[in-house]
Amino acid sequence: MWDYTDKVMEHFKNPRNVGEIENPDAVGEVGSIVCGDVLKLTLKINPENHLIEDAKFKTFGCASAIASSSVLTEMIKGKTVEEAARITNKEIADYLGGLPEQKMHCSVMGMEALQAAIENYYTKKGMKVFPGEQEKIICKCFNVSEKTILKAIELNSLKTVEQVTDYTKAGGNCGQCRGEIEKILKDYWARQGQLPFQQLTTVEKIKLIERILEEEINPKLRQDGGWLELVDLEGQTVKVRFLGACSGCQLASQTFKEVVEKALREKAAENLEIVLL
Amino acid sequence: MDKIIYFDNNATTRVSPEVKEAMDLFLTELYGNPSSMHQFGGQVKKHLEAARGQVASLLGCQPEEIIFTSCGTESDSTAIYSALNTFPEKKHIVTTSVEHPAIYNLCRYLEKQGYRVTYLSVDEEGQLDLDELEKAIGPETALVSIMWANNETGVVLPVEIAAEIAHEKGVLFHTDAVQAAGKIPINLASSRIDLLSISGHKLHAPKGIGVLYVRQGTKFVPFLRGGHQENGRRAGTENVPGIIGLGKASELALNNLEKEQGYVGQLRDRLERGLLEKIPHIKINGARAQRLPNTLSVSFEFVEGESILLLLSDYGICASTGSACSSGSLEPSHVLQAMKIPFTFAHGTVRFSLSIYNTEEEVDYVLEILPGVIKKLRDISPFSSASSAQ
Repeated sequence: MWDYTDKVMEHFKNPRNVGEIENPDAVGEVGSIVCGDVLKLTLKINPENHLIEDAKFKTFGCASAIASSSVLTEMIKGKTVEEAARITNKEIADYLGGLPEQKMHCSVMGMEALQAAIENYYTKKGMKVFPGEQEKIICKCFNVSEKTILKAIELNSLKTVEQVTDYTKAGGNCGQCRGEIEKILKDYWARQGQLPFQQLTTVEKIKLIERILEEEINPKLRQDGGWLELVDLEGQTVKVRFLGACSGCQLASQTFKEVVEKALREKAAENLEIVLL
Repeated sequence: MDKIIYFDNNATTRVSPEVKEAMDLFLTELYGNPSSMHQFGGQVKKHLEAARGQVASLLGCQPEEIIFTSCGTESDSTAIYSALNTFPEKKHIVTTSVEHPAIYNLCRYLEKQGYRVTYLSVDEEGQLDLDELEKAIGPETALVSIMWANNETGVVLPVEIAAEIAHEKGVLFHTDAVQAAGKIPINLASSRIDLLSISGHKLHAPKGIGVLYVRQGTKFVPFLRGGHQENGRRAGTENVPGIIGLGKASELALNNLEKEQGYVGQLRDRLERGLLEKIPHIKINGARAQRLPNTLSVSFEFVEGESILLLLSDYGICASTGSACSSGSLEPSHVLQAMKIPFTFAHGTVRFSLSIYNTEEEVDYVLEILPGVIKKLRDISPFSSASSAQ
């Protein structure tokens, strides 16, 4: 049995705002019968001030899906479209006093339905807020896009493929996309500089170091007219060289310790050996 | 919750009062170890052998063919590993696509270890195609393992014929009879089944006791090694109270077989008829196949199984689901998928499994409550408004 909070059970048993608004100003429908949950959200929006005056839902799904839908409608009523657009799945889950990890995808579904409805609202008004690029579908069984996966990773600090499945369902059926999800995770955390350095490929290591040089180190050195260049990488050994005003500068060795070593060890790996050529 | 209506007997059963009473002495005064040399322990051995005889009677076999284990899963694993270790050169297993996880997940694991596994398909009623079985068995096949009755749908598979087919090809045959034992007659003496698993807690004995039947003359490799218990076939000090309990439960089950077929079958049919009358858009899974008398798998279109169970739970009604969310995995059960139950139905599947301890009043109570529960959920569902469902 799931360990649902009282709030989840209360909203499941007495869901608020069930139904469909007639002539809605916005509709957001996400999920599919194959996945086992579907949420249809309809909104009444004041055209003057973009205030969400009414929200109703219909949901096919488990207790946490129904509860997530119910609280979503409560959370957005009275908010402007702009305010509502900032609601995250985490806020929906928090509002419910938390959801079991394997059920977090229900909160993601709520967020997605809301975003779909807002997109629908703006499109109807002839405003294009979301660049119309084609979404790349990663999980074909459950129709989960790369954007959805990345957003879930970002909002919830997901670290493993299993967690991504719990939050988005991606990879939960045939499992063919698990490799791709792993890559998305790895790339994301590499971009955040949080993947263990040893797990990166050589190319990824070089890219990471170059980015640290560009973002953390060189802006400081450039103030004094110099910069640092990556020369080589062998295992944990990073070879760098000062250029411009830094080369030959008497303070270079101090800068090396206080700026270069510190930034690289903090952002890449603590046990890096950094050699100044 | 004051009143519990327990319709989840394929998950586990209550321990019969007679079973508990039989066990009491072995939890208190007769605590000796049956392997001991002294009279105090040695006397326990006699009771243990009597229990073995009771189990053998239920299964229609010789007491020497019974090995006590800790559970159905241990029996299943022991049977499969024994066959694989007996024929180390054979790397192929034939099983079905609807097995219990005790077999299904073990086979999945063995595939990773380099074994080849054929999962026989089933039709929409959950029934096997025996021609497919015959074609699947090859010179590489070490074992055929087919469940006697399915835990989710209650569909009974033709294991006795399947055992004949396996034997014609010279291949060992195992059946997981955990759901069948005590619900339908089993007579191993007249069959060609080599290995069979049962579990105590499914037939009113306590949890933690199981049986593996090994036909006399069948080569056997133990799973647990150590002491000489169970004639060297299963090491580990015997779960004496559990064994005594299972012996008593087997005796009761044998006596109750007719009641199971008659009384329990009638309760199940009453429930099934009532649901079909009262609730539109439902599907009885395996309805046209031979089924265990106690099991009813029913799919409610447009709603989700976990939601149904949680609302029923408020009324003290216990059932289970084979569908998506409640099992922790996301897809509908592999059994429903193998039967190609449409997704609109599969997610809303509930299993009611009855026992001799259930009553007509309980069935009627469920029939009173369930239509309202389904209506409540269908009112929330986005699919039902598009149809004429209530």
